[in-house]
Amino acid sequence: MKPSILGVLVTQFAILSLMAFGGANAVVPEIHRQAVEVHHWMTDKEFAALFAIAQSAPGPNFLVATLVGWKAAGLAGALAATAAMCAPSCLLTYWLVKAWDRYKETAWRNAIAAGVAPVTVGLIGSSALLLVRAADHGWKLAVVTAATAGVAYFTRYNPLWCLAVAGGLGAVGVLG
Amino acid sequence: MTDTPAPLEPDRAGRESAAPGPGALFLAFLGIAISGFGGVLPFARRMLVERRGWLSADEFNETLSLCQSLPGPNIVNLSIATGQRFAGARGSVAAVSGLVLAPMMIVIGLGALYGRFGGVERLQGAVMGLGAAAAGLVVATAAKMAEPLLRRRPWSAGPFIILAFAGVGLMHWPLPWVLLGLAPISIAIVWRLRAKAAP
Repeated sequence: MKPSILGVLVTQFAILSLMAFGGANAVVPEIHRQAVEVHHWMTDKEFAALFAIAQSAPGPNFLVATLVGWKAAGLAGALAATAAMCAPSCLLTYWLVKAWDRYKETAWRNAIAAGVAPVTVGLIGSSALLLVRAADHGWKLAVVTAATAGVAYFTRYNPLWCLAVAGGLGAVGVLG
Repeated sequence: MTDTPAPLEPDRAGRESAAPGPGALFLAFLGIAISGFGGVLPFARRMLVERRGWLSADEFNETLSLCQSLPGPNIVNLSIATGQRFAGARGSVAAVSGLVLAPMMIVIGLGALYGRFGGVERLQGAVMGLGAAAAGLVVATAAKMAEPLLRRRPWSAGPFIILAFAGVGLMHWPLPWVLLGLAPISIAIVWRLRAKAAP
């Protein structure tokens, strides 16, 4: 049983690694679809909790992959998912950077970046929608989401403050 | 002993801007990773440009723009590029390890704690609050990325934003198919518009 889960994790995250234009947030909907809808490794609510934990911890935010792997197959799953999420894009980047001068500012590289950008924005919008749906049970949580989005969009405060305040409010029980 | 890590050559001691070896790269990216709460990129700029002086501001921007146009987490790509530039393959491995290993262990630890104590009411409340705020951050990220695109080229970018959102966000279609279906058309349109605009 376990090896096949590991195989699925590695295959899925390796594919997503090469799809994650604009960072890990763009592939959150697919991670969610696989983890919740296709393989039933966790519920919607658990996914929201794991995403929140990954987002509030220090380090790169693709580590939601680590937690999904951990939930699906324990420590081996966490390591496999992390490695699979990194390795393909790392190899591609390494290879392209070595050939940096040849690819620097070429017309096709710019066209690819500019062409992929709107698709990426649509994907990150999808992530936002699914996370709002998974996280906001009740109007108080929806207010937290809206306030955080407003602060992050209109001001230059470190977003960590929003997470700290929201976590604190939740801990004392005013959001329930 | 010959196996002490990274002996400093006398002429290099005290010159922080000299090409860093794998050990220095590992430590720099470890520092970036563990100070990077809520977004790592600002800390990467501070460390690589301001504190270590390994890259000029322009070099940093240039490297970052390449990394952002490639798939994969941007900061991971940046560690690969910076490591490669200064110490080849060993540098890349050192930099990406410094960036990923400690946060990965922290996240696994937090996940395990949550798995063990997830039933505790206060912790559940805190994670619910964090989840709502984290969702808000992603909403803001999407809005921040959409705004300049829609302002600069509403007719060539807008439809692809909407189609990608509809396919993945509303219809729950598999992301690889949506991406592979839309991106080539979008790229082709950008290419043609630029070819027309060029003198």
